[in-house]
Amino acid sequence: MSQTLVSPATSGIPAKREITTKPRFSDRVFRGVVSTGALSSLVILGLIFFFLAFQGYSVLRSQGIHFITSSTWQVVQDGAGNIDPKATKFGIAAMLIGTLLCALIAIIVAVPISVLAALFLNFYAPPFVKKIMVAIVDLMAAFPSILFGLWGFFILMPSAEYWAKLLHHFLGFIPIFNVDPPVFTRSPFVAGLVLAVMIIPIITSVSREVFSQTPLDRIQAAYALGATRWSMIRAVVLPYGRSGIVGGAMLGLGRAMGETVAVYTVLNIVYQVNWHVLLGAGGNVASMILLKFGEAGPQEIKALMAAGLVLFLLTLVVNLGADLVVRRSGGKGR
Amino acid sequence: MTTPTVVKPQKPWQASPRERLNSALVFVAAIITSYVIVAITPMKGKLAYAFVFFIAFTAFDFAFHYVTRGFSVAKDAIARAVVAVGISVAVFPIISILATVFIRGYRGLHLGLFTHDMALNSVTDPINQGGLLHALTGTGILVLVALIISVPLGILTAIYMTEIRGRFMRPMKFLVQAMSGVPSIVAGLFILSSVVYPITKGYSGFVGSLALSILMIPTVARTSEEVLLLIPNDLREAGVALGGTHWRTVAMVVVPAARSGLVTAMILGVARIAGETAPILLLTGGGDKVNGDPFHGPMGSLPFYIWKSYAVGTPESITRAWAAILVLLVIVLVLFVSARLLSERRSSK
Repeated sequence: MSQTLVSPATSGIPAKREITTKPRFSDRVFRGVVSTGALSSLVILGLIFFFLAFQGYSVLRSQGIHFITSSTWQVVQDGAGNIDPKATKFGIAAMLIGTLLCALIAIIVAVPISVLAALFLNFYAPPFVKKIMVAIVDLMAAFPSILFGLWGFFILMPSAEYWAKLLHHFLGFIPIFNVDPPVFTRSPFVAGLVLAVMIIPIITSVSREVFSQTPLDRIQAAYALGATRWSMIRAVVLPYGRSGIVGGAMLGLGRAMGETVAVYTVLNIVYQVNWHVLLGAGGNVASMILLKFGEAGPQEIKALMAAGLVLFLLTLVVNLGADLVVRRSGGKGR
Repeated sequence: MTTPTVVKPQKPWQASPRERLNSALVFVAAIITSYVIVAITPMKGKLAYAFVFFIAFTAFDFAFHYVTRGFSVAKDAIARAVVAVGISVAVFPIISILATVFIRGYRGLHLGLFTHDMALNSVTDPINQGGLLHALTGTGILVLVALIISVPLGILTAIYMTEIRGRFMRPMKFLVQAMSGVPSIVAGLFILSSVVYPITKGYSGFVGSLALSILMIPTVARTSEEVLLLIPNDLREAGVALGGTHWRTVAMVVVPAARSGLVTAMILGVARIAGETAPILLLTGGGDKVNGDPFHGPMGSLPFYIWKSYAVGTPESITRAWAAILVLLVIVLVLFVSARLLSERRSSK
């Protein structure tokens, strides 16, 4: 700046400053640094995809589509200890089905509870109760997953086993509730319940946020027309917040599908396709990775990387869906 | 002149004593019914009481309102009962979790926990031997390194989304969202495939921190973004009007104004990763000695210690696991409460 000024001693009038919209050097540096830093999330996601695909490529190539459609996982070695590429099979179908099964149970249990809780927090609770409850629910979202795992194993499991027996007793005629050898411990049902407890805070806070954006004039219009609180909720809040609920449920689904430690603690991981939710056998991709990782040889590690890639893509798709749905809910309803 | 009568303000929306009495009667009737039904039928246990009580209460409440005020009010009463059940079921697990951890973890606590490590003991030893020192220092170092990596990146992302608002804002928002959905085990596998196998070829605390940063960046970025959005635009305009460049406005006006909020973002990020287990199990190796060097050698940490003690499965080791969980939970609670207090102070100012 000082160069553009003519010395006051000679003229007394400063020269006109140049008016420009060109950003200064410091601003250009600032923008560059910030944009680079902000690109980190893109870079990291890209790198995750690249490295997992790079490491898992040979397995994906040799197994092809069977990697996600078959459920045999065997490493065959010949006499010299080399891996026989023909007989070695990697397929994660059983674990994929287990992942979906556990996550679905979690969603089915968690969504109604969370929506009701969100309705309570927004429309029923007195302010101080609301404040405390919101803090409690948020706190629960911050709990580490290993805590849920141990709690599920030691505290929830005995109760859940009893509930499973009740379900089996009264609803056993429905195929998925039928258990042939009566083994109820460590079943996908229990894992689903633990996951439900973990995702309730997420779905609750997303739905609560969407419900609280319901236009006040419509709420008041409904009351003015003589609606009770429940008919107001049914006529105004639920239609407005529907996509928010769906989005929150999908976020919860993403979290439930990727959960490792809690599922590993609670579930009896057996490598087979199991549709019987009450039977004590199952698994999910994430916990399978943790289980197999300990004793895996180099080739098997590559297969685990490929499984990680599949899990990564799955959660990415679910999150993309959730993002689209939640975003749509914001602009709608006018 | 007569003294003007003071009219008592009416509050027609509040329940009258009579209405209160009626709802109390319904409540008591429901309790009695549930006891009677549980006593005369083969149902038993706490679950049966809760279940029958809920059904009875809803039915009585419905009937009462239906008789006095009609069908739609009765439906409203049912909805109220169901919603109350919803929030109780949502909150019940957390109370159970807190109670369990405090009761079970309390037995494993002793002073040596904070002065000894497990170098000379195994987890099956009596509880008063050994301690958590290695795990506490390890978790501290892991979190600190992750903090150093992820806080600048997270805050820069937030600044991009609130201050620069460039072309890539929408995709960037989605990417942050997607990143917060990355399963923790995938973060572990990624670091394993990209850093451990090709470069370091061994376990260390640093690679664990790298994986933790991946999980921490989105939390920091999203919370910071929310905080920066709360800064009134007047401040930015004032900064520019005083002749500040964009950079000076952000660095000298916006960021200082949001300082406590940014600290909250950091704290929440730390709370998110302090108990993260899966990547720790894959990457850090989990030593039993205090290791102050994040770049060499296995590094113990609280989640690893909990996992290891739990997996051994003897009564002593499980008590150790609960004690370590208690310590971890207290850390998370302290972080969470301090974040709350900070953000509350900000909003009340």
